[in-house]
Amino acid sequence: MNRGLPIPSALEQKRYRPTGSARRSERIVVALLMACALGTIALSVLIVLMLLRESWSFFSSPNVSLTQFLFGTRWTALEVRDLEKVEFGIWPLLSGTLRVTGIAMLIAWPMGLITAIYLSEFASNRVRKILKPSLEILAGIPTVVFGYFAVLLISPGLQWISPSFDTFNATSAGIAVGILCLPLVCSLAEDALSAVPTSLREAVYSLGGTRMNTALNVVLPSALSGVISAMLLAFSRALGETMVVALAAGTLATFTLDPRQQSQTMTGFIVEMLKSDLEYGTVQYYSLFGVALALFVITFVMTLLGQLIRRRYREVYQ
Amino acid sequence: MSEPNTNAANSKNALEAPRILIENFDAWYGDFHALQNIGAKIAANQVTALIGPSGCGKSTLLKWMNRMNDLVPSARSGGTMRIGDLDILAPTTDVVALRRVVGMVFQKPNPFPKSIYDNVAFGPRLHFKISQADMDELVEWSLRKAALWDEVKDRLRKPALSLSGGQQQRLCIARTIAIGPEVLLMDEPCSALDPASTAKIEDLIYELRANYTIVIVTHNMQQASRCSDTTLFFLQGKVVESGPTQELFTRPKLKQTEDYVTGKYG
Repeated sequence: MNRGLPIPSALEQKRYRPTGSARRSERIVVALLMACALGTIALSVLIVLMLLRESWSFFSSPNVSLTQFLFGTRWTALEVRDLEKVEFGIWPLLSGTLRVTGIAMLIAWPMGLITAIYLSEFASNRVRKILKPSLEILAGIPTVVFGYFAVLLISPGLQWISPSFDTFNATSAGIAVGILCLPLVCSLAEDALSAVPTSLREAVYSLGGTRMNTALNVVLPSALSGVISAMLLAFSRALGETMVVALAAGTLATFTLDPRQQSQTMTGFIVEMLKSDLEYGTVQYYSLFGVALALFVITFVMTLLGQLIRRRYREVYQ
Repeated sequence: MSEPNTNAANSKNALEAPRILIENFDAWYGDFHALQNIGAKIAANQVTALIGPSGCGKSTLLKWMNRMNDLVPSARSGGTMRIGDLDILAPTTDVVALRRVVGMVFQKPNPFPKSIYDNVAFGPRLHFKISQADMDELVEWSLRKAALWDEVKDRLRKPALSLSGGQQQRLCIARTIAIGPEVLLMDEPCSALDPASTAKIEDLIYELRANYTIVIVTHNMQQASRCSDTTLFFLQGKVVESGPTQELFTRPKLKQTEDYVTGKYG
């Protein structure tokens, strides 16, 4: 019945675009995209090279020993000017970083994960529409605000509970960093949980399972790789967090487990060193690159670990 | 409507006590009146096929039988739907208890990303408190019943997703019967499978009806005629013809039914 239809002129005259020009312009676009990608890689490589070169100035100094750096428990780069007496042991800074990060993760991991499970499995559409944007607002608050929040609100609160807390301490900084990392854990974990196919949830319900069974026995285990990488990403974020700890954790590098004391972190030290009146070129000054390199190595290992875990669980679940 | 039974051995029993009784049943999604004034008696130990073109409401009816439509916020229903003495539609009905009795197999195989063993043991772990030995026995029984045991007995700890599509669907059947339901609802269980796997599932359905009451939604006319005892033909939210499968396929009363079952329309 359609046989009588006249053929449109474009089809009859075969007015195709020349194929060559399309391919040429595509080649140019691909080249541009590749240039951008290569540029990103080049920048990363440059930063690492610069870090290596500057930290070489530190590690090659006759006053610095790698053993002392890796195992020493005193860090006096800011206090001692005398090169013979200054001590560069990373552990006070590293322990400070780990204390703050540990406290932050005690807050961000469970709260972020619980919120994510609630949002993805329990919340009604209306609640989700209010809660998700609120969390995104939390993610948009400048870190300096979190720093003041820690100093002006959390610290006095902690001191009210127990006067043994220093004004600047690891706990208040850790709590603030934890709140700061909360949206990150929550939104990445929620993405992983929502990506679990609905058909699996239906299977649980059809077997007489409850929402709680669905969330804990099926959805969470299925999304485990994504949830763990969300947690590791938050961990790396907390390790590198600078502004909050510079404001709230204090400036004393202490080697301790006590979360009530001042705790200069690795990033906190770098800030203090840049602000201090120590001259560029001194070994103390270059020590900041040593610390930065150590921090880089740690976050790099965390990233690799995240990749490894993700790949391992992917294999199991395919 | 004619009585939904042919099977001579079952006929008397089915007349007296239909396993599922549906009367004046209506269902809506929001304002859309998906099912209108449905009446049906689903006989025990028979396979009842629900057929009809897409969007005619047959899957909706199936999903009300175990209240899976509770997951759809806009879904509402009215009328009567009972299984034995249990009022399926009452808001007070314990859906967990209902779903122990009425199991469901879905269109696409949906095994959990767990081992074969853990898939079958999933339901029992929710509902029973039993020893490891009893669990092993139950898992083996379910897999045997689903005609999968011989293919998987040496790799029960392997991921279920390593199985083929047809094996996965039989695993889902094993998982469903492991909690001891009486009714099995199947929503186009073979539509994602190749012909060989489909044949295996159809054989299985035919065997399972000795112990279960089976309701199957299918778009495959051969499948309905091969493995069902009774057929309900749906059109635009209504059951327009129902009866013994053989009769409905060979001597349909309505022109519409004839056109559909012979493939002229749909």
